Amino acid sequence: MLTKTGKNSIPVGFPEVVKDQPSGRDVALETRHLSRAIEDKVLVNDISVRVQQGEILAVVGPSGAGKSSFLRLLNRLDEPTSGTVLLDGHDYHEIEPRELRRRVGMVMQMASLFPGTVAANIAFGPQQRGQAISPDQIEALLDRVGLRNYHERDVSNLSGGEAQRVSLARTLANSPEVLLLDEPTSALDDASQRGIEELVLSVIRERRMTCVIVTHDMAQAARIADRIMYIEAGELVAIGLTEEVLHAQSTVP
Amino acid sequence: MLNQLFHDPVTLRAAQAIGAAIFALVVAYLARWAGIRLQRETVVALVRGISQIIIVGLLLTFVFGSAQWLSAFVLLGMMLAGAVIAAQRTKHIPRVMRVTSSAILLGAGLVIGIMVLLGVIDTAAATLIPVGSMLIANAMNTTALALDRFRAEVEAHTGQIEAGLALGGAANVVIGPYVQAAVQASMIPSVNNLRSLGIVWIPGVMAGMVLSGSDPIEAAIYQFVVVAMLFATAGTTALLCALFVRGHAFSPAEQLLLRPGEPRKPAPVPVSLYP
Repeated sequence: MLTKTGKNSIPVGFPEVVKDQPSGRDVALETRHLSRAIEDKVLVNDISVRVQQGEILAVVGPSGAGKSSFLRLLNRLDEPTSGTVLLDGHDYHEIEPRELRRRVGMVMQMASLFPGTVAANIAFGPQQRGQAISPDQIEALLDRVGLRNYHERDVSNLSGGEAQRVSLARTLANSPEVLLLDEPTSALDDASQRGIEELVLSVIRERRMTCVIVTHDMAQAARIADRIMYIEAGELVAIGLTEEVLHAQSTVP
Repeated sequence: MLNQLFHDPVTLRAAQAIGAAIFALVVAYLARWAGIRLQRETVVALVRGISQIIIVGLLLTFVFGSAQWLSAFVLLGMMLAGAVIAAQRTKHIPRVMRVTSSAILLGAGLVIGIMVLLGVIDTAAATLIPVGSMLIANAMNTTALALDRFRAEVEAHTGQIEAGLALGGAANVVIGPYVQAAVQASMIPSVNNLRSLGIVWIPGVMAGMVLSGSDPIEAAIYQFVVVAMLFATAGTTALLCALFVRGHAFSPAEQLLLRPGEPRKPAPVPVSLYP
C-alpha cells in the first residue's frame, strides 16, 4: 500500500509513507523536481508532488525544514533554482505571474493588511486587474468570514483573529482556484485558532478549492487535511493519506 | 595675532591651518576625560583632510589655467566618486552602483547643464567647479539617504509588499508607498535648507563672497540661487533614484529580491519568465 519516495535521508525511526500519487485530469497542482537554493543553502530539494482538484494537502515538518519556502514557490513569490510547477497542466512559466498569483491565492502567517479600511483591502486584488468589486460583494465576503458590517473599519483597530479573517476575505475576493495557507493560525490565540481553522475548512469545501496548508501542528493537519506530506531539510520524506502518515508516525519506536 | 607674525599669504594660511589643527587635537585630547577616545582618529582625519584639500587646490590651480572643457571632466570625476561613496552606504541593494551612478549623473548633470545653458552658472572653471561640486555633493547625499530609507522601508514592510504581490498586485503598485517615503525623507535636508536659509544658516557661498569683499545683497541673492539649485538637484536625483531602484528591488517575474536577513546574492534564476 505504501511506496517509497526514493529518498535516502529519511530520519531514523520515521517510516517512509508514500501513497500512489494521483494522476490524470483531476491534478490541479503539480511540482516537478522543484528545488530552491540561495548561495550554498538548499531550501527545497527536488520535491515532486501532485495535488488533486479539491484536495487539502498539509505540509508538515520541523521548523526550518523548508515548508514555507516550498509554499512560496507555489505562488511564485520566489523563483525555483530548478524544476517547475504546473497549474492545471500548464507550466508556471507559460502563465503571466500576476495572473498566476490571482489563481493561486495565498494567506500568510501574518495578515499584513494594507493601511486603510477593511473594504479597501478586499478591493485590492480585483482593482489590480481593473475590475471593480461592488459594496454588496464586499459585504458578502465579510459576512462569509464572520465580519458583518466591518467594511468601514480601519485595519489598525482589528484583533489578530479579525485581521486574519480579512486576509482570507481579501484572498477570496480574487476567486482563486488554489488556496495556499502558510501557518494561518500560528500567530493567533487558541480561541481564534479554532475559529479560523473551521472557517477556512468550510470555505474550501464550499468553493471546492484545492488547498495546500503549511502547519507545524500535527493535530491541525490531522483535523483538516486529506493527505499529509512530511518534509525535512528541504526534502520530501513521506507523503500519504492523513491516517497513514499519522499511523506511521505513531508507530515510531 | 598670526597676521602680525606672518606677512606672506601662503605662510599665513599654513600657520592658520596649524593653529586650527592644534585646537582640534586639544579637543580630541580633552574628550579622553569623557571616556571618548578620539586622538588617533582625529590625527588621521586631520592629515587626510589637509592632504585632500591641498591636492584639490593644486588641481584647481591647474584646471583654472587650462581649457574650459577640462572642468567638465573634473565634474564627471566628482559624480563618479559620489556614486561610489553613495553605493558604499547601501550595499544591500542589488546592483546599487548602477542606481547611484545613473541617479547622480543624470540628476546633477541635468541641473548643472540647464543652469549653465540659462547662464545661472558661469562657464568659467572658477565658478563651474565649486558650484557644480556643491550640487554633486547634494546629489550624492540625497541618493544615499533615499536608498537607505528605501531599504529600511522595504525591510520593515516585507509582509505587506509580498501580500500585495501574492494578490496579483503589480510590483510598482505594492512598492509605491515606500518609494514615496524614501523620496520624501531624502528631500528633508534640502527642504530645511531652503526654509532656514539666512535664519539659522548663512551658508558657504555667501560667507565666502562676503569674506572676499562682495556686496552682502549680491552675495545673498546668489546664495539663494545656489540653495534653490541644490533643492532642484535633490528633487531630480531623488526621483530618478526612486525610478531606478524600484526596478532593482524585483525580479522580472515581480518577486521581491530585497529581503531582510537573506544572503545578498540569490542563486542564478532563469531569465525568460514571461510567455
